[in-house]
Amino acid sequence: MRRYEVVFVLAPTMTDEEVDQLVESYSTVAQEVGAEVVQVDKWGKRRLAFPVQKHNEGYYTVLTLEEDAAKSVAELERRFKVNDSVIRFLSVRIDQELKRAERFETKRERRKARKLKARVAAAAEESSVGASESAEESGESDDAGQE
Amino acid sequence: MARRRKFCKMCVGKYHFDYKDAKFLSQFVTENGKIVPRRITGACAPCQRKLTIAIKRARHLALLPYVKH
Repeated sequence: MRRYEVVFVLAPTMTDEEVDQLVESYSTVAQEVGAEVVQVDKWGKRRLAFPVQKHNEGYYTVLTLEEDAAKSVAELERRFKVNDSVIRFLSVRIDQELKRAERFETKRERRKARKLKARVAAAAEESSVGASESAEESGESDDAGQE
Repeated sequence: MARRRKFCKMCVGKYHFDYKDAKFLSQFVTENGKIVPRRITGACAPCQRKLTIAIKRARHLALLPYVKH
């Protein structure tokens, strides 16, 4: 399964109801093509950083989709191009990035745990000078087991 | 004089670079909207790369300016 984020900006000339309707229709389109709509995030009206097609504001919406191929994304993009009230859009595949971030997190946790253990071992070493060597060795072998 | 070691705030913190978070990304652009170079922010190379992509995406969506004067 791949996860995509499709962001699009609608013209401020539309009413809130029209925006809601359009967003609804886009999410049903995505579902019809075979994607699962994970989340619909409406930001509402927002100021643009620069005028786009002479508009200074826009309705931002983020669709999070999940599917096997990018079919629904392609279909949505085609519709965005046809519809004049869509002033900007961007679709990004995010599952790989999410996975990478997760892996990074677990790695960091492991590193933290190891550091903590080392500190505890060092403290033990200071308190009992005689048994320092054996404690150090056991600590190291524990680390190797975790990896 | 000891030189202060610059470290990558992004690697230490919990950030993945979200192109939708304009407030966060605006830390890394100048007043004119230019991307701040690595030698000033102290970001590591992978982070700067991701950051650059995120900023450019944000610009496309008009969340960040291309130029400001």
